[in-house]
Amino acid sequence: MQFDVIFAPETLLLYAHGIVTTLELLVMSLFFGMICALPLSILRSSDKPWLWGPVWLFTFAIRGTPLLVQVYLIYYGVGQLPWVEARWDSIWPWTWFKGPLFCTVLAFVINTTAYTIEIIAGAIRATPHGEIEGGRSVGMSEPMLYRRILLPSALRRALPAYSNEVILMLQATSVASVVPSLIDITGAAGSVYSTYYLPFEAYLTAGAIYLLLTLGLVALFRLAERRWLAYLRVRGT
Amino acid sequence: MTTKLKVVDLHKRFGANEVLKGVSLTAQAGDVISIIGSSGSGKSTFLRCINMLERPHAGAIEVAGEPIALKTGRDGALHAADSGQLQRMRAKLAMVFQHFNLWAHMTALENVIEAPIRVLKLGRADALARGRLYLEKVGLAGVEDRYPAHLSGGQQQRVAIARALAMEPEVMLFDEPTSALDPERVGEVLQVMRALAEEGRTMIVVTHEMGFAREVSNHLLFLHDGRVLEEGAPRTVLAQPQSDRLKQFLAASLK
Repeated sequence: MQFDVIFAPETLLLYAHGIVTTLELLVMSLFFGMICALPLSILRSSDKPWLWGPVWLFTFAIRGTPLLVQVYLIYYGVGQLPWVEARWDSIWPWTWFKGPLFCTVLAFVINTTAYTIEIIAGAIRATPHGEIEGGRSVGMSEPMLYRRILLPSALRRALPAYSNEVILMLQATSVASVVPSLIDITGAAGSVYSTYYLPFEAYLTAGAIYLLLTLGLVALFRLAERRWLAYLRVRGT
Repeated sequence: MTTKLKVVDLHKRFGANEVLKGVSLTAQAGDVISIIGSSGSGKSTFLRCINMLERPHAGAIEVAGEPIALKTGRDGALHAADSGQLQRMRAKLAMVFQHFNLWAHMTALENVIEAPIRVLKLGRADALARGRLYLEKVGLAGVEDRYPAHLSGGQQQRVAIARALAMEPEVMLFDEPTSALDPERVGEVLQVMRALAEEGRTMIVVTHEMGFAREVSNHLLFLHDGRVLEEGAPRTVLAQPQSDRLKQFLAASLK
């Protein structure tokens, strides 16, 4: 094993660049994914078929297909349509499809939105009915009931399942390496491999970085659960 | 005497099953009205119709002189014509539930100040003062920062009573408040309710506690099969039941 190559400054810089790209992809996907998932999960937990039906169809389609296929569809599919290409130099929002980062993030956002919807909608549906009646009985309006009771309670209970989704999403960002010109951690490893022909060193390093990032995320979520799920904890622990 | 609550000829059915066949009730300020009856008699449904947690099919409800505006929905049941008005009316009708219905993610104090801040638009400092006052009143000073799951059933129910009190309601509705409690916890909740009655609060109490009904309330309703079968002064009604049904019910509940 020749790890001295890995620890050469220019290689380290390449990996550092990869980490930044990976974290960028992760944070942007999760951020916009959450913004989309919140209102959609309320629709998903509705009892009216014309409200939950379309959302169910969306989550079913996205969760039923691989992320890689979704990235290809958006980057090579939508991004390469002549109709879109004719507009991406001048007409908003098609200008965005010119950038590989946008196409990749869009695919990730769509993907994580679908999973997040199901996680939050499940937690909303599991809210004890008594808590909702408690809110109604003191004169809360329906929007206030969502804002003050249903969502705060559901988002807390969704935290453990959502931490899983975040960790899966971190690993899933490696799919970005199939998009040329996006150098995430996996992409950096690929470049080191092809330059020095050191597959084990290159990908073991990438694996170690993902592992450390996962550890960091787990620690963050542990802190969050300590803070927001204190009411579920057995006293004295 | 001011009339705090007037319910006229309330009807309610679940499918083809008619559970309320015209029940009326009037509460003057300071009245404590107990409603007794076997399960299935419609007493809880009646109470839940008063604040529209259940939708009645006919009847009228008036809180402190203001009728709740109702209209008939497509399913034949009544619903509030103006949801804003209904919310205002509900804020005047605080309810204490059999299973407490506290908000699990909020501490005892947060449970009590939530609706005063959000619904009554009280300032935070005033709400906190009010919250502490009522928690102390129900004997829970010192547990402000505990979550419901970390309290006993009796304590949770007293938090729920403090939550209702913090609304400073016109009428308090109690739906079998001691039925879900351990026998040794029942006393602490009844004691709080007795103190509230002595303060002159207007209370409607659905209960199985015959002692409470006899000693604390000044009016008693016996519901059977969706109708008021007997009513009057509790001591009279309980000592001299007129109907066979009430005689049977009392014999069974004294066992």
